[in-house]
Amino acid sequence: MNRLKALLIKEFIQMRRDRLTFVMMIVFPILQLLVFGFAINTDVKHLPTIVFDQALSQDSRDFQASLAASGYFDFIYTGNNYQQVTDNLQSGRAKVGIIIPPDFSENIKHGHSSTVQVIVDASDSMTASSAISAAQMVGQLKSQEVLLNRLRGYSGKSFDMPYDVRIRPWYNPDFVSAFYMVPGILGIILTMTMVMITSMAIVREQEHGTLEQLIVTPLKTHELILGKIIPYVFVGYAQATVALLVGILVFDLPIKGSLGLLYGLTSLFIIASLSLGVLISTLSKTQMQAMQMSFFIFLPSILLSGFMFPREAMPLVFNWLGNLLPLTFYLQILRGIILKGVGLSVLWTQVLALIVFISVVLTISIIKFQKKIA
Amino acid sequence: MYAVEVTNLSRRFGEFTAVDNISLKVKTGSIYGFLGPNGSGKSTTIRMLCGLLTPTAGSGTILGLDIAKNTEAIKHKIGYMSQKFSLYDDLTVIENLNFYAGMYSLPRVNGKQRIQEMLALAGLENRQHQLAANLSGGFKQRLALGCAILHNPPILFLDEPTGGVDPKSRRMFWDIIYNLSQQGTTIMVTTHFMDEAEHCDEIGFIYNGKLIATGPPSQLKTALPGTLLEIPNSKPMELLTTIQTKQLPHLDLYPFGAMLHVLVTPDNIQAYTALRAKIIAPSLEDVFVYLVKTHREEDLA
Ligand SMILES: Nc1ncnc2c1ncn2[C@@H]1O[C@H](COP(=O)(O)OP(=O)(O)O)[C@@H](O)[C@H]1O
Ligand SMILES: [Mg+2]
Repeated sequence: MNRLKALLIKEFIQMRRDRLTFVMMIVFPILQLLVFGFAINTDVKHLPTIVFDQALSQDSRDFQASLAASGYFDFIYTGNNYQQVTDNLQSGRAKVGIIIPPDFSENIKHGHSSTVQVIVDASDSMTASSAISAAQMVGQLKSQEVLLNRLRGYSGKSFDMPYDVRIRPWYNPDFVSAFYMVPGILGIILTMTMVMITSMAIVREQEHGTLEQLIVTPLKTHELILGKIIPYVFVGYAQATVALLVGILVFDLPIKGSLGLLYGLTSLFIIASLSLGVLISTLSKTQMQAMQMSFFIFLPSILLSGFMFPREAMPLVFNWLGNLLPLTFYLQILRGIILKGVGLSVLWTQVLALIVFISVVLTISIIKFQKKIA
Repeated sequence: MYAVEVTNLSRRFGEFTAVDNISLKVKTGSIYGFLGPNGSGKSTTIRMLCGLLTPTAGSGTILGLDIAKNTEAIKHKIGYMSQKFSLYDDLTVIENLNFYAGMYSLPRVNGKQRIQEMLALAGLENRQHQLAANLSGGFKQRLALGCAILHNPPILFLDEPTGGVDPKSRRMFWDIIYNLSQQGTTIMVTTHFMDEAEHCDEIGFIYNGKLIATGPPSQLKTALPGTLLEIPNSKPMELLTTIQTKQLPHLDLYPFGAMLHVLVTPDNIQAYTALRAKIIAPSLEDVFVYLVKTHREEDLA
């Protein structure tokens, strides 16, 4: 107990002396959140669009208005021939070209189908798929409108659509990416700083020779590891708090569930990441190696945890690999509590997974640590 | 009584044998000097005794405790100062001492008093709040020693404690070592300074991982077979070649600072009178040179 206390006092003094690192650890999450939250907007809207309207009729203008109303297309260029459409797309000034045929209104009036060409710059697949689905949606809605009007005209009765499928995006109804991103970034920041900080802190003592001096004292391995974990739990909480504050104040992130539960479960993730850092320190000889190995954890955490890509769509192997990363479970906890407002009754598997992870990694670390000494 | 007893201790790193079948005994309360050139295996031996490395073969006891099995018990009884005396640079003098007081669970009152004693011993009373990083080499060394003996260990291991320290600090340090020894602490110290070795009660010469001679300095010096002559000369290397070409009889011949040392059998002393040679008492360095030479020859044979 005495030993652990002395170790903690020492760690806190060192942390206080190294103000720069501490400030970095607090400023870093703020910057990351602002950059990711604003820059990565996974909903693509307001695509610069060039239209070549050969019909110039009431119907064609009406159709354009519907497209514009979807919010996906900004009609900022008007073309007078095919060449202008091509030029604008090639130069990148426009991302979408819409070509309305001269017989657009005639065809509609006579009950024929009228072909509208939507040319999309698919070099950015995210842009392309948004534009395509938006255009298809508008096309279908307009068609239905025409058909319903026509039916009503024939029969004099009004009709309802036989199938009325309405998609309601729950939990994040406006598809605001920031809502989805903020919890993710919080998890990513914690992973990165926690893993790197502990692994480097331990390896630094090894490089300076102070670790050897510690080992000849009666200090126990588990006390040493606890002494390296506990101080950084505070840092982790400081980061989490800052990240949540930015989410709430800047991005209006609503926290649907219990903030207390969120904070409680965050400790599990922080400890899991710190344990991973300890394990890395037992595998590396230099701070450089520790840093590289931390990145080795960091990259799969970004790619496989569900932060960037939905895990449901991953090949089985990667899905399975993702289950080895604490971030995978923490993201589910974060999004569950923040966006869905769910509680422990839903999240207990994730909690269990984190607890198992911590126990396994810490046990391996303690064993490896003792081997390393001898 | 022996505080340290080691039998057939070896340590390999892969194919390389850093410590090769060493056996030694250190009398309780004595100063044992572990002497040898760089890379000869001094640190490796010390680290095995302190429980920082497990021996590949052989065994040893410290105060009767087995170095392989009772590492935890041993930790309470030893003080260790590693080769690069490692303090926390970003902690102050007093914070470093407080930290180690905590590591050894010194009781509060007792601990405070011990820390004051260590400050006095290191001459650091007026620098308590200075960062360890800003201390000079001599102060750092004495602070590291203070941290290592806070808990009053009966045995102290010092690994090249005087490396990179000015001569005045070296003397101060050795004064402290003597004091500790007089108070009953057993001290095992590695060095490659021969003059320091002269102060030890007993010496072990280690070369290429092998312990090639042990004994008190006075006894080791009688190990030289023959008489040692010293020839002052401004160009010892030239004189050396001259003697070799003239085939003057000698057992050994080597430059020694601005001198030439020649080891001869007593009946051959006259051959060197013309060179103004004078008979001198051998230093430990002479003994070491001789031991290394004969050891090399044995190895080759
Ligand atoms: N951990 C290690 N791994 C591999 N070789 C080592 C290790 N520690 C020491 N050695 C080697 O063992 C030999 C003896 O080293 P050491 O005991 O430090 O010598 P000394 O302290 O006498 O200078 C050296 O050649 C050194 O390179
Ligand atoms: Mg050494």
